[in-house]
Amino acid sequence: MSAIAAIPPKSYEVKPKLDESGTPIGELLEISMGPHHPSTHGVFRMDVVLDGETVVKLKPVFGYLHRNHEKIGENISYLASMPYTDRLDYFCSMTNNWAYALTVEKLAGLAVPERAEYIRVIMAELTRLQNHTCLIGFFVQDMGALGTPMMYAFREREKILDLFESVSGARMMCNYMRFGGVRVDVNDEWIAQTKTVVSNYSKFLDEFGTFLTENEIVLARSQFVGVLPKELAINASITGPMLRAAGVNYDLRKVDKYGIYSRFNFQVPVGEHGDIYDRYMVRVLEMRESIKILEQALRDIPAGPVMDPKSKLRGFRPKPGEVYGRVEGPKGELGFYLISDGSPNPYRYRVRPPSFVNLTILEDMCLGHRISDAVVILGSVDIVLGEVDR
Amino acid sequence: MIDEGLKSELQKQGVYVTSLQELYNWGRANSVWPLTFGLACCAIEMMAASMSRFDLARFGAEVFRPSPRQADLMIVAGTVTKKMAPLVVRLYNQMPEPKYVIAMGACAISGGPFKQGYNVLKGIDRYLPVDVAIPGCPPRPEALIHAIMTLQEKIRNQDLTGPNRPRHLNAEVDGEYPVPAYGEHDLEPPKNPEVWQPPIMTRK
Repeated sequence: MSAIAAIPPKSYEVKPKLDESGTPIGELLEISMGPHHPSTHGVFRMDVVLDGETVVKLKPVFGYLHRNHEKIGENISYLASMPYTDRLDYFCSMTNNWAYALTVEKLAGLAVPERAEYIRVIMAELTRLQNHTCLIGFFVQDMGALGTPMMYAFREREKILDLFESVSGARMMCNYMRFGGVRVDVNDEWIAQTKTVVSNYSKFLDEFGTFLTENEIVLARSQFVGVLPKELAINASITGPMLRAAGVNYDLRKVDKYGIYSRFNFQVPVGEHGDIYDRYMVRVLEMRESIKILEQALRDIPAGPVMDPKSKLRGFRPKPGEVYGRVEGPKGELGFYLISDGSPNPYRYRVRPPSFVNLTILEDMCLGHRISDAVVILGSVDIVLGEVDR
Repeated sequence: MIDEGLKSELQKQGVYVTSLQELYNWGRANSVWPLTFGLACCAIEMMAASMSRFDLARFGAEVFRPSPRQADLMIVAGTVTKKMAPLVVRLYNQMPEPKYVIAMGACAISGGPFKQGYNVLKGIDRYLPVDVAIPGCPPRPEALIHAIMTLQEKIRNQDLTGPNRPRHLNAEVDGEYPVPAYGEHDLEPPKNPEVWQPPIMTRK
């Protein structure tokens, strides 16, 4: 708590620059970016105050996609909330499912069979791959490369979505995990297909890296832009690639070791400067680590059941109590907080969305930069409005 | 009106005969420019439709314009909340005629899974004239392509003259729709009676 108090509250009075005699040079310009703006990644609005082209104040405005997720969750059964979690962060439905299933399992004390744990890890890492790939596409698009990098990113994403579709029946909204396992088993053919996709993925990353990692424009636009200091990142409870790019080694897969992550051999990439380029690099390296995890999981997956026989999906009534469960989503710590009063519906259903929390320091990163950099900084935060507004 | 048999006979001879209406609609139908307008989950499928595998460019609809002033088609891709609804209508009003609306996904059609929520508009057709509705949550990119083809079919068959002529050729019809505002409890007005009336339920 003392660390949070150490940061002084920000003064919101902004004035144009003064010349020697004390008269203001020019005027401040206040513009409203969004909610309809191609670079705001959905319906998000930034009230930006500009001095020339420099951002002197930035006020994010949320709520254009507030879909009453939490209130609906309190009025429907535990199982019925599962498809709603798909629509939180619509890029990563599998990890959202996992976070929710993990929380309810913790509440009800259900065990997950070995094979289901492996399938969950495979799904979560595939989700991480496609999320980071698309994010890099979007983020380069924010720098002005309209279309082309996205084409490459979506080409690869489709391959992963095919895998999701063949096992769950839906491309994006998979609704795949259940309390105590997963809905359907995967077959050997699917595992062979996944192996092919995973083994080809590093080739794609090499290709993407050749175009982007040492690209002059990417370097000029991203290095030392939007620096997030380590202390601020910790104080603002930033999680995920944003925090690791700022130089903090904190990954829930290593810290909590939820599921079976302790069995896999992988590293956590950590950045140094906390600028946009570090965030980009951390994500690229994380994808390489995800490929490592996937290779190990696909090699070791055992045979067996995929559902806990004790789990009862219909008429599910957990004991009264409260629980917080969290996973390392592609965007950061995704947590669910549930209070049960013994009825079929949760008494309180709360989501801790990583994108929303990561977005809170947007102003601190943007101040002093150009308006065009503010767009790239927002792109590097990796937000999905379905999760921000819920 | 030219006879179809004679027309195909002439076509074999290398003479193409058409009417101004067909030519005009042919050109319009094959260059529909959508507005880059993503609201929620469906927007990702809309992007996927324009990307490498599905390639919306085959149907002349890949030029997503960020400005409503340059767009012909508004794809309402996702949940319209009550905070967003006035802006959706305002964006539609800013588009030049002729303009079309596709309601993509369950949320844009009726509120979808979030219909019971307090902040979700129960269908964009309460404020805007929807031309094509695509069910699904989210609809697949193929469904969006099918919707665009359906819209093209509609554009091709539009009369340029006569009583059935479209809105943009009728000076008496206003292309602007009233923008709702936040009232005390809900959006004011809750619907545009010109485009939407609640369905009449008859009890037997």
